[in-house]
Amino acid sequence: MNSIVRVAACFCLLLSLAGQLVSQTQQPSPSPPASPAPPPGPGGTSLPNADPFPSTYKPFARTTTVIRNATIMTAAGPTMTNASILLRDGKIAAVGPAIVIPADALVIDGTGKYVTPGIIDVHSHIGDYPAPGVDANSDGNEATNPVTANVWAEHSVWPQDPQFPRALAGGVTTMQILPGSANLIGGRSVVLKVVPSRTVQGMKFPGAKYGLKMACGENPKRVYQTRGPSTRMGNVAGYRAAWIQAESYRRRWDAWNTTHKGDPPARDLGLETLAEVLRGNILVHNHCYRADEMVQMIDIAKEFGYQIRAFHHTVEGYKIADLLKANNIGAAEWADWGGFKMEANDSVKANLAITEALGARAMIHSDSALGAQRLNQEVAKAMYAGRAAGINITEDQAIKWLTINPAWALGLDDRVGSIEVGKNADVVLWSGNPFSVYSKAEKVWVDGAMLFDRSDATQKWRTDFELGNVKESN
Amino acid sequence: MRLILVLLFLITATVSVFAQTVAITNAKIYPVSGPAIAKGTIVIKDGLIAAVGDNVTVPAGAQTIDANGKVVTPGLINSLTAIGIIEIGQVRDTNDATAKGTNNIAASFRVWDGLNPTSTLFAPTRNEGVTTVIVVPRGGLISGQAAAIDLGTGHAADVLRRGPVAMMAQVSSAAGAGTTARGELIGKLRALFDDVKYYTSHRGDYDRAQTKTLGATFADLEALIPVVDGRMTLIVDADSMAEIDSALALARDYKLKIIISGGAEAWLTADRLAAANVPVLTGAMNNIPDKFATLNQRQENAALLRKAGVKVALVGNDDSDEAQFNARNIKYEAGNAVAYGMSYDDALRAVTLTPAELFGLSDHIGSLQAGRDANLVVWSGDPFEFSTQVEHVFIKGREMKEKSRQDLLTDRYKPGARR
Repeated sequence: MNSIVRVAACFCLLLSLAGQLVSQTQQPSPSPPASPAPPPGPGGTSLPNADPFPSTYKPFARTTTVIRNATIMTAAGPTMTNASILLRDGKIAAVGPAIVIPADALVIDGTGKYVTPGIIDVHSHIGDYPAPGVDANSDGNEATNPVTANVWAEHSVWPQDPQFPRALAGGVTTMQILPGSANLIGGRSVVLKVVPSRTVQGMKFPGAKYGLKMACGENPKRVYQTRGPSTRMGNVAGYRAAWIQAESYRRRWDAWNTTHKGDPPARDLGLETLAEVLRGNILVHNHCYRADEMVQMIDIAKEFGYQIRAFHHTVEGYKIADLLKANNIGAAEWADWGGFKMEANDSVKANLAITEALGARAMIHSDSALGAQRLNQEVAKAMYAGRAAGINITEDQAIKWLTINPAWALGLDDRVGSIEVGKNADVVLWSGNPFSVYSKAEKVWVDGAMLFDRSDATQKWRTDFELGNVKESN
Repeated sequence: MRLILVLLFLITATVSVFAQTVAITNAKIYPVSGPAIAKGTIVIKDGLIAAVGDNVTVPAGAQTIDANGKVVTPGLINSLTAIGIIEIGQVRDTNDATAKGTNNIAASFRVWDGLNPTSTLFAPTRNEGVTTVIVVPRGGLISGQAAAIDLGTGHAADVLRRGPVAMMAQVSSAAGAGTTARGELIGKLRALFDDVKYYTSHRGDYDRAQTKTLGATFADLEALIPVVDGRMTLIVDADSMAEIDSALALARDYKLKIIISGGAEAWLTADRLAAANVPVLTGAMNNIPDKFATLNQRQENAALLRKAGVKVALVGNDDSDEAQFNARNIKYEAGNAVAYGMSYDDALRAVTLTPAELFGLSDHIGSLQAGRDANLVVWSGDPFEFSTQVEHVFIKGREMKEKSRQDLLTDRYKPGARR
């Protein structure tokens, strides 16, 4: 019974937090109206220390590989049948019906099988809420203040979380790990490659921009009900107060960066992150369910001159997809989650399909280590629900919900998310059509290195935690 | 006005009892109780299945549905839900799944007494092929009594198929039982069953207040008598191998008729489950070691249990909302079970006839045979595939066509609609 009432990390772990809050109020100082934002500078150069936890990821040993005679869903054009793909030096070197097979290539027969880009999950808490879900490792919500722009999700990531290899086995090669949704502003996200590593730095996607997690609605006002915000209007006042401080901070630093005269302004980690959002160097990922609240968040972004990159959950995205399109905001959605709280009550299975049909950039996301393993199945549900509602979503559209659209949300669509020559060789070989319930990822490559092979248990990635805890047959 | 209401009631009642005779022809029929029929006919009359087979005459005057090769199965049964007792998880006033109880015991709590038959979850669940759900209480040590609910329309009494169908208990959470150690929880259960036995043989003394102090209230002791007699099934939520073995020991010592639910590590004790003839309610989509009691949870669990000869009914995995909003997804649990080693026939049985048998309902639902209730579904293809749509749903012979709230929202906002 306990098991059937448990719910996924992002929306359940908040329930018990309200009593644990540290009393600590924020006193935003008044500030003059915003000056027009200068164009975004190159990533991070405006910071005193732009990259204090640099990626140490190095691609794994790889073999020049050809998968031949497969059905290839490219996410860049029409699905190719009886086609081949060449993975060389970590890149997709060729794709098409007739490619030259290098003499040194490992050739894999893809007859009857499908190839897709590696799946990208833009909403995960793996590593921050690891398994087993014990208090000692529950590190996803810094629920001590409604605004914690100063925290970075990567500092909570446990690379030995057994949920990582399970996501890879579901074909996920890139994921964004976000702080939870307890706070109005939860902190920085981190983009990881789903690879074994002793350190989080060894998983960090080189050159990926940071994200900022923001959250609307029920979670913050529930978590902070005794100290505030305790209402949606309190939420909005909280976002605005934070951005007012951030504008002021940004002005002080931009001025000093120009003149380098005198002592630099005192650093503030939280405002530093928010200022980078205002400069366009950090992408905003905004947890928001209800249509009306999303539109209020769009107005707040306009007030302070930042761009929301994507709404997450976006349960009512179908009601405002035209506005999401007009404001160039991505919509990360579930296929069918809903009903677990009031703001999720208008969930419909055609959400992704309607969002797409009205021209907004739709994508799947998991928010769940279970869902992450079957994002292909989630997309299948959403695609066919669209068709049942009379919206003819093609497989070529649906594959983008798994790949290139989330890549865009992370600012990585020039490197991953589609099968095109020159892109990173993040590729999945499926036993059949990935939109069938019976299909499984058979092999998964990251930067051209095969890191998952269902047929070879001896090479299976097992985390330190699993050794001696989880039987090898599992 | 009152007369009109009475007439309306009579008309409604008449319709549900004497629905039109319907014949579904040219169907690929999975009776589940017997081999599939490649091209056959099902006749529905007076709420029952009147005939099934490849040589059935369509009665004169019957409404005919030409299935044109499409698939007919019994309506699916989801064995572990909170439909009608939890509408919105985080809205307290819509939660009627957990009784306060006394001393963490709520055996006298009957979920159907608080069932909401106007729940918005009935329509989307049945529209995706689930016609009956087992609604189970939650929480405590003994949670209360579960009921079988048909996802039809009307009053609670109209949709209640049977209550109780089982008592719900757990050995997976010491805290939930009001204890601090698993062994203490087991001890508390043993003491409780001993008290029920003592109470049964000392009723006169009890009425005269001349018994020792018992660990449960009068109502709860009474409610537990059929469990201790072995007449009522006790569902025991247990995850780890050790928890399941504890439950098996209790069942052996007290001669209880139990079903394990959850059963994350059941595959590790499959032989014992088979030897004790204890069925398992479990899923096929969870392989996360999310508790120390579920370290060896795996997607092959259901298939391995079947191979060992254990009866399995598939239920939603325990993440998110699969007991309520997504109780409809039981068909995908079955599809994934097949992907992870279960035979197709076993998987279909695990969401139809097996749960009907486990809850004493198989004389009426769970298979397509003459004389059974006409709870059945016409599918556009393989019921477990995402590409398949439900084309017709019958509950007690009545075709269910009501749109769900989700359908109405979709209609309002889909492209071309007036918002």
